[in-house]
Amino acid sequence: MKARVHITLKNGVLDPQGKAIHHALEGLGFDGVDDVRQGKYIEIALADGDAAAAKARVSEMCEKLLANTVIEDYSVEIDG
Amino acid sequence: MSRPNRASTAVIVFPGSNCDRDVAVSLEAATGHAPHMVWHAGRELPDVDLIVVPGGFSYGDYLRSGAMAANSPIMREVIAQAGRGVPVLGICNGFQVLTECGLLPGVLMRNASLKFVCRDVDLRVERTDTVFTRDYAEGQVIRIPVAHHDGNYFTDPDTLKALEDNRQVAIRYCAPDGSLDGASNPNGSLANIAGVFNAAGNVLGMMPHPERLADPLLGGTDGAPMFTALAEAIAA
Repeated sequence: MKARVHITLKNGVLDPQGKAIHHALEGLGFDGVDDVRQGKYIEIALADGDAAAAKARVSEMCEKLLANTVIEDYSVEIDG
Repeated sequence: MSRPNRASTAVIVFPGSNCDRDVAVSLEAATGHAPHMVWHAGRELPDVDLIVVPGGFSYGDYLRSGAMAANSPIMREVIAQAGRGVPVLGICNGFQVLTECGLLPGVLMRNASLKFVCRDVDLRVERTDTVFTRDYAEGQVIRIPVAHHDGNYFTDPDTLKALEDNRQVAIRYCAPDGSLDGASNPNGSLANIAGVFNAAGNVLGMMPHPERLADPLLGGTDGAPMFTALAEAIAA
């Protein structure tokens, strides 16, 4: 099975890269963009097993390595 | 008769470290002894009197600057020795590693300008009652280089307040007269913070590179007092 991990900056943390992307989109003529936040997406292939246990395990990976929880939030989806 | 200086030092070397030799030269000049150069994959660190985590791009800055190195086997030893009061100095990428491994609060984010900044900066020394800074004067303005892409110090408001209340800010980016302003801040750091201590004062992380201006041949010596202060402290 596969885990899909999204890592995003917490609300209130400035995201200069997101701002630069927003600016570039406006420069290309894309109107109506209110805000852009940039993050990371990580796919992890896991041995098949219990989905709830896998989610807990991947959450632990996020806490220990994949995300820096001072500035980042994470979410985990498991595709059975 | 004074006893011989038996103090020993260690520099941790990761794949991608690139200031390890520069800092070794500065340490040897100040202490009279070459440091142990300790490869990251080792699990044993000799008992030393000072540990330096040098600058560079450990593990290519993959995932986040310092994140991989922070989980290297040798860092468990560094954390253990720091806990016993051994001074630990992290410079640039070393600062990033020390925040990622939890020895120091906060995080170094991408520079607000999104640009790599490499130039000399003016810094105000905020505190001189530590083994790192006691050869400077309080409020002294020193000039040494920064060279980083991720030096934008950030932490939540409660942690920032605790840092200020406990006097854990070591140095701040400043104007040549020592005043703090946005124009002197090369990377967007909160409160112009360029370096912080841990609560006990035996761990210092800083983005600027004292080892790069620690010899007249390099064009300046404002970085040298940090190494002489450490050499005196660990020889005492």
